[in-house]
Amino acid sequence: MTPELESAYSGRKLAARAAKTASSVAVGLALLPLFAVLAYVASQGARALSVAFFTEPIGVRGAGMANAIVGTIELVFLASAMGIPLGIAAGLYLAEYASTPLARAVRFSADVLAGVPSILVGVVVYAVVVVWMKQFSAFAGAAALAIVMLPLVTRTTDELARAVPDSLREAALALGAPRWRTAIFVVLRTAAPGIRSGCLLAVARVSGETAPLLFTAYNSRFFNESLFDPTSTLQVQIFTYTMTPNDDWHAQAWAAALVLVALVVVLNVLARRVLAEREPA
Amino acid sequence: MTAVTDSEASLRLRGARAEGGAEATAKMSAADLSAWFGDKQALRRITLPLIERKVTAIIGPSGCGKSTFIRCMNRMHEVVAGARTTGDVLLDGKSVYGADVDPVRVRRRVGMVFQKPNPFPTMSVRDNVLAGLRLSGIEPPDADALVEEVLVQAALWDEVKDALDRPGGALSGGQQQRLCIARCLALEPEVVLMDEPCSSLDPIATAKIEELIHDLRDRYTIVVVTHSMQQAARVSDYTAFFYVGELVEYDHADVIFTKPSDPRTEDYITGRFG
Repeated sequence: MTPELESAYSGRKLAARAAKTASSVAVGLALLPLFAVLAYVASQGARALSVAFFTEPIGVRGAGMANAIVGTIELVFLASAMGIPLGIAAGLYLAEYASTPLARAVRFSADVLAGVPSILVGVVVYAVVVVWMKQFSAFAGAAALAIVMLPLVTRTTDELARAVPDSLREAALALGAPRWRTAIFVVLRTAAPGIRSGCLLAVARVSGETAPLLFTAYNSRFFNESLFDPTSTLQVQIFTYTMTPNDDWHAQAWAAALVLVALVVVLNVLARRVLAEREPA
Repeated sequence: MTAVTDSEASLRLRGARAEGGAEATAKMSAADLSAWFGDKQALRRITLPLIERKVTAIIGPSGCGKSTFIRCMNRMHEVVAGARTTGDVLLDGKSVYGADVDPVRVRRRVGMVFQKPNPFPTMSVRDNVLAGLRLSGIEPPDADALVEEVLVQAALWDEVKDALDRPGGALSGGQQQRLCIARCLALEPEVVLMDEPCSSLDPIATAKIEELIHDLRDRYTIVVVTHSMQQAARVSDYTAFFYVGELVEYDHADVIFTKPSDPRTEDYITGRFG
């Protein structure tokens, strides 16, 4: 090796090492807030957790948040049941019929909707659903969450369906498959793993959404008996308790935060496991 | 309508002449077929028969319209945005471009194998074979027997019989291409169009596909687009030479490769251009 090459080579090695160190530090810095939040929530929340927290409804001393836990789970399921099928269908339409005016309009509105602050979604659902039904309700809360999910699911499906190679579409069409069957059985099926992850992210995202629920699902001290009654949720209860000057309720709010985080994690793990079992061998 | 009938008659004549006997009939034929991508014309007034239960090879340099031609046969050309055709294509004497013809039905009768093997990656070998039927909403009554039958036909059975549940994408390139052929045969097509089926395969896999084409010609009308003159000479009964969207010459394969009548054909097959 000539001396010039030798020095160029060692310079490059130095630059590579510097870049690697810098990116490792960046990863550490990025992870720091995450672990800080988790650690703080865990340490604060664990103190207030008790058996009663999971078994007793909201109330004064010795009470828990059982109805809020049920309410959060109920709303997330309900919102997913509304938002995911609609979002996937819309996203698939966007990908398969991308050049139609309707598709352009849908894509544009999905992008706008994704940027709308979620409290506005709550206000609109209040004005439309709550005022119309003259009642805060779990249904209204779920509808608001579904609207928050919709653009996420739609755009994820759109992107992933468009990433499916045209050669597979052509293979199906050349086998005499109609367009709609090609879209569902080939395009959607091929893009399914990615779409599943996208839906899980959307679910996790709305599991913690509070603003859209403030004037839709509202709050309640009791177990929710009907979808058309107001319902309590962990996230709204955290908000309510944090706003009070009561130390006991602050502790309860921390515990609720910990349970909410745990719920999202459990939901993710469960969903992944169920989906993995259905995967063909 | 009379124009079509006329050209059909002339095609039969031409096919019969090429065969040197009255029994050779055109299973399919292009009649004055032109094709465009947007403003760009890819095919110029092609009239060409595809003789029943024979192998027709289409040769020519890149961009000459070979692939476009076979994609017009099963109405796959129009799948591309901005693509259109004029003229006609006949299948058993009936237009496949008629106003009342559903392209889906045409494609079930006229199967296609693509240049790059494209098995469905999320489906097993078995499900890939059955995909064509299932995508038409048909659940075959005796699926196992059908899978075995077409995989045997596609000369793939011995290699995959213990791996029917593995994903189609896990096979080698050559096996994937035979899987795609099996997938096509499972629909019992009458015509099989192959668009450079060996171009992404090694010589051993290529030899297997060529052997397969040889075996299949008793049952199907086959069209093979190929870049390789040797391949065309080996597998085809009839050969058509395309050049910049035009049909330059069509004849028995041995005539094309031994005494072509057009100087451009001769230049191409002797490797002077293209």
